[in-house]
Amino acid sequence: MNRRTALKYAFAGIAAIILTLVVGWWQVDGPGAPEQAGLRPVALSEMEFRLTDHAGNEVGPENLIGSPSMVFFGFTYCPDVCPTTLSDISGWLDDLGEEVEGMNVVFITVDPERDTVEAMAEYVGYFHPLIRGWTGPEEEIARAARGFRARYERVPREDGDYTMNHTASVFLFDAKGRFSTMIDYHEPREFAVPKIRRALNKETEGAT
Amino acid sequence: MKKVLNGLMATLMFVSGAAMPAFAGSEDVVVEDAWARASIGVNRPGAAYMIIRNTGDEAVTLTGLRTDLAMMPDIHQTSTNAEGVSSMAPAGEIEIAPGEAVSLEPGGLHAMLMRLQRPMAEGESFSLTLDFSDGGEIMVEVPILGIAARGPEG
Repeated sequence: MNRRTALKYAFAGIAAIILTLVVGWWQVDGPGAPEQAGLRPVALSEMEFRLTDHAGNEVGPENLIGSPSMVFFGFTYCPDVCPTTLSDISGWLDDLGEEVEGMNVVFITVDPERDTVEAMAEYVGYFHPLIRGWTGPEEEIARAARGFRARYERVPREDGDYTMNHTASVFLFDAKGRFSTMIDYHEPREFAVPKIRRALNKETEGAT
Repeated sequence: MKKVLNGLMATLMFVSGAAMPAFAGSEDVVVEDAWARASIGVNRPGAAYMIIRNTGDEAVTLTGLRTDLAMMPDIHQTSTNAEGVSSMAPAGEIEIAPGEAVSLEPGGLHAMLMRLQRPMAEGESFSLTLDFSDGGEIMVEVPILGIAARGPEG
């Protein structure tokens, strides 16, 4: 092999490496990256949906602006994750005591077929009194979930019934309705409580 | 004919009963900290939790559950993916290595009690039978705590 041919090969090799890197970047981090499912929720002021709370009042995202809010999705026919989330939240609220006064704490069902206003009222009654249950027509639940970037899916169960897969994270918003942070399912209390406190105290700070 | 069959059944049951002490493994299984949450009525499935410890020196395999409280008790696994979406699926058979324990706890494995035959009332308890692949079984009395309970202590 003469020197010139060797150089040609070297250039071709380097070009191939660069091309691979560029393509990789484009697909993973660049504009070609797939839209991430774990995106942050939009601000509450940008959401639009109409639901009914467990007391029968018509509610929407505007009800959550003015005080800090904690919002999560679930369904009352859920035997494991949802009662655990609701009792975790009840525990966090107990820990925070008077600090959470006025905070909006909302449980939105992803199973409006079974979770009627009455079902939600009975269910939330077993947990912390600040927790409100919201339900409504399927299209409105879907609009709400889109705003929070939450996902859910109906899955048949082996006994002929069905269950729901759903986003189990708890979303926190400051008093202006700006997304603050989220608490992942099963996050230890040592992390959850300070996150809530941050959303509670964010009124005077800038958005992150 | 029916009488003969009944007699045969009784004999078979007697024989299998006599074979009881021969179980390898499952007689060394100990269940600790069993608890369940109360239910609202009977339409929603219930869940029970416990620690199943294999104190023996042979692996054991939990194959199923039985209880008169629910027509379809089954062990389910909850998992939460990287995107934060939780889902639940039957866990199948569960092998417990010698000296190891399997925890049925919120957010992981749980005894899912489908088709409740009566409401699960706080303060009461129910019996749950664990079946093992060696033919052995263990009956556990599971206390029913409040709906908002977080663990065996309430």
